[in-house]
Amino acid sequence: MVKEYKTITQVAGPLIFVEKTEPVGYGEFVNIRLADGTIKRGEVLDTSEDVVVVQVYEGTGGLNKDCAVTFTGDSLKLPASIDLLGRILSGSGLPRDGGPQIVPEKMMDIYGAAMNPYSRAQPEEFIQTGISTIDGTNTLVRGQKLPIFSGSGLPHMEIALQIARQAQVPGSTEKFAVVFAAMGITNEEAQHAMADFEKTGALERAVVFLNLADDPAVERLITPKMALTTAEYLAYEHDMHVLVILTDVTNYCEALRQMGAAREEVPARRGYPGYMYTDLAGIYERAGVIKGNKGSVTQIPILTMPGDDITHPIPDLSGYITEGQIVVSQELHRKGIYPPINVLPSLSRLMNSGIGNGKTREDHKAVSDQLYAGYAEGRDLRGLVAIVGKEALSERDKKILEFADLFEDQFVRQGRSENRTIEDTLQVGWNILSSLPKAYLGRIDNKYIDKYYPENKAE
Amino acid sequence: MEVKGKVYRVAGPVVTVVDLDTKMYDVVKVGHEGLMGEVIKIVGNKSIIQVYEETSGIKPGEPVENTGLPLSVELGPGLLESIYDGIQRPLSVLKDEMGNFIKRGVSADGLDHDKFWEFNACVKKGDTVKPGDVIGTVQETENIEHRIMVPPNMEGGEVAEIKSGKYTVDDVVCKLKDGTELKMAHRWPVRAPRPVTKKLAPKIPLITGQRVLDAMFPVAKGGTAAIPGPFGSGKTVTQQQLAKWSDANIVVYIGCGERGNEMAEVLNEFPELEDPQTGRPLMERTVLIANTSNMPVAAREASVYTGITIAEYFRDMGYDIALMADSTSRWAEAMREISSRLEEMPGEEGYPAYLSARLAEFYERAGVAQSLNDATGSITVIGAVSPAGGDFSEPVTQNTLRIVKVFWALDAKLSQKRHFPAINWLNSYTLYQETLAPWFTENVAPDWNDLRGKAMEILQLEAELNEIVQLVGSDALPESQQVSMESARMIREIFLQQNSFHPVDTYCSFDKQYKLLKSIMRWDELAAKYLADGAPVKALVAMDSKAELGKIKYEENFDAMLTDVMNKMEAEFAEIGSGGY
Repeated sequence: MVKEYKTITQVAGPLIFVEKTEPVGYGEFVNIRLADGTIKRGEVLDTSEDVVVVQVYEGTGGLNKDCAVTFTGDSLKLPASIDLLGRILSGSGLPRDGGPQIVPEKMMDIYGAAMNPYSRAQPEEFIQTGISTIDGTNTLVRGQKLPIFSGSGLPHMEIALQIARQAQVPGSTEKFAVVFAAMGITNEEAQHAMADFEKTGALERAVVFLNLADDPAVERLITPKMALTTAEYLAYEHDMHVLVILTDVTNYCEALRQMGAAREEVPARRGYPGYMYTDLAGIYERAGVIKGNKGSVTQIPILTMPGDDITHPIPDLSGYITEGQIVVSQELHRKGIYPPINVLPSLSRLMNSGIGNGKTREDHKAVSDQLYAGYAEGRDLRGLVAIVGKEALSERDKKILEFADLFEDQFVRQGRSENRTIEDTLQVGWNILSSLPKAYLGRIDNKYIDKYYPENKAE
Repeated sequence: MEVKGKVYRVAGPVVTVVDLDTKMYDVVKVGHEGLMGEVIKIVGNKSIIQVYEETSGIKPGEPVENTGLPLSVELGPGLLESIYDGIQRPLSVLKDEMGNFIKRGVSADGLDHDKFWEFNACVKKGDTVKPGDVIGTVQETENIEHRIMVPPNMEGGEVAEIKSGKYTVDDVVCKLKDGTELKMAHRWPVRAPRPVTKKLAPKIPLITGQRVLDAMFPVAKGGTAAIPGPFGSGKTVTQQQLAKWSDANIVVYIGCGERGNEMAEVLNEFPELEDPQTGRPLMERTVLIANTSNMPVAAREASVYTGITIAEYFRDMGYDIALMADSTSRWAEAMREISSRLEEMPGEEGYPAYLSARLAEFYERAGVAQSLNDATGSITVIGAVSPAGGDFSEPVTQNTLRIVKVFWALDAKLSQKRHFPAINWLNSYTLYQETLAPWFTENVAPDWNDLRGKAMEILQLEAELNEIVQLVGSDALPESQQVSMESARMIREIFLQQNSFHPVDTYCSFDKQYKLLKSIMRWDELAAKYLADGAPVKALVAMDSKAELGKIKYEENFDAMLTDVMNKMEAEFAEIGSGGY
């Protein structure tokens, strides 16, 4: 018989303090029964012989000293099952779609252990998202974690959904699933995402965890862990390739800060806890491919940069952990360009291992470098034009300036359901590069220019 | 002496224990599973322990045992080619024991205790050996001879018995007259620097094959360097390039709180890559320590010490070691995390007040040293720093800059333009230029230092002129300055930019570096001369041979091609000079 304690001495924010318990394990899962019979769940954050501190996921509203606390002797587990596919669950893993309880095939610890770096296979399988600014210049590969850094009012969700719809490994027919974890997003955004999933039939191969803006903030802290545990289960037990979309990591970090403050911890930058890097790493690092294992976990976390500031602790710490970032820009969005991805601050660290001969095409890297260099130079020139006018530019500079416009208009801009193959993307790239004389293409080997530069092709 | 106590409190990686006799930094085994931890604070009857493994499920009242020994590493044959976690557990052994995910409660020896090594004694019965003396050798890999030394913390004495042959690291290979038994391996506490006879001044450069580093901002063997930069600016690629190509005998690479996939890349690549000096796989001279960001934070704190202790051990044999720590900021954050759990009074930005002292202690373990056996070895420490928000004024960067002698400032602007390595030539510096100048004169070329100086001047001038160009456009500059701007562009694009993914360009010998720079400066010189004689700037800037010069760096056997290009250049100049444009 598990003991019930009615020895709560303090309730502070999301925390309760329980005294005179038998020894309780660190990280144990806790049930709290309120006077009216509702059960709230929580987790042990600090345990000692005198007092046990419990963080309550569903919030402490309605709690008082008379509540009964039971310690389960075990950590929080996810009831993992292949039947999770097609289900909509709450942020803490309870059914939210009116469907039946999940019958677990396996109970899995949601915190997951760190993957042994020695067991990791190097991610190198190209994922075609159909979006040129990703496939062409910031290539995503299986097992990568590539976040979208966005701002308020930008179509990051659209981009993520488009990726979820279109992502495929060219020529492969392997099993594919999407795990979608919403943390503190609004009901409206969630509706929008659900409608998209249903419309495209993607829901059948998706598992959705919803923690909405009005759900308790503490619950957000376990939502991504639930989602990733599901993803690992599908990837490593059922050999699926899983794409995990986490949105919005900023809300997660706010919840983390809230907890830190409630525990009276010494804060680091801007009030966020000093362990935020480690905590985020515990989420992001769960992407990967294991040697000798067919499945993989690929992550696309979305985070909104407060004040569009990329140096804010949330994007900053994320950027240090993730393998690159896709930056969505206000400026391009205002110009009416979709997807408004600014390639200059964007980066995919694993791009080089996923592209080239036999994977995408031999000229991919050179084309990408040349596009980057040309666009970067063109953007600099725009600043200059604003001061001295276009007439003062040299012939070369004028060409480059035009190139930057072409780049935004043809390479970046594409339809919301336009699914470009990698050949299409590279072709668009060569088309706009052909607005420049060959002599300007210093980043591209002559043999590729001979082979792919459009006028040559025509010959 | 009470060696068993019990757990009183658990809060994350910090566990409080009562009724246990401990000394600071003793290693203890916590709980029924015997999780490894280290004493970091003692208050009355309570000892505070940082635990190197996940602590969930640990309850108050569980037993705790004190080993009485400090955290130490096992040093002996078998270190090379190994891949360890932060506390020297081989990751391959962990994989065999626990599968693909790192669970807890598994201890593993740093060295393989079953493997036999061919031991060749180099002292004989009756010889007297002192601490640090070499008693024999083991050919550990084809190019590295592992020298077995009398541990520095032993007394030494007269050799009573020693025999060459095949042994494991557990076997006694030598007995001293006083009964002391010597094995091929010994343990050393990681937080204590290994003693040396004296430290020497560094005067030879660490050759890295990276043009911007070797030519512009060289680091000495035995020196210290820092690479700070915001994310995405290329810290890790630069560190990996150094690990691959620098001319050290042994490379210790510490992946401290970084990405798992990056470590996988290193693990995949290094066995395939060839050491440019010996032609053997790079892995044969490498020790990897991988404590990724999601592995326990206390082990991350220890990983840096584990790495430097292994480096010191090889230095004592007389080798040159290059140690890369990627990233020291994660190490500092681990300290901050532990410190905050201890509820210590924080210094700047929540970092502990002892941050600066710890960083200084660590970098001080670098240097050229005469070891106890009079061999000369060196440790070059290259630390990556990941400043929050790319802001170099944050505490870790600032405290590091106060100690290191070389500063390679990575610049996000450059990396966005795909200028790699994105090392900013205006902000970076080296304090070894003077000390190393004689070496360059003697070993590279007599005019090397002048060439470098001139190139830097041109780059400096470009930066100043750029401000004017921003306002009035480049055509408004005097013609001589337009030529300098073009020279600067060539230095940047041909010389400073280097493609680490290109099979040839990834490594550039000093010979090639010199010839490239010399050729660029030759253009500068001739262009200035012809300009003075009235040649038009436009014709000079539009020369074909310049573009061809830019392709030389991608050629393996470039000499003939370079001669052609230079002949063509002279011819073009002559043509322009004769008015044929």
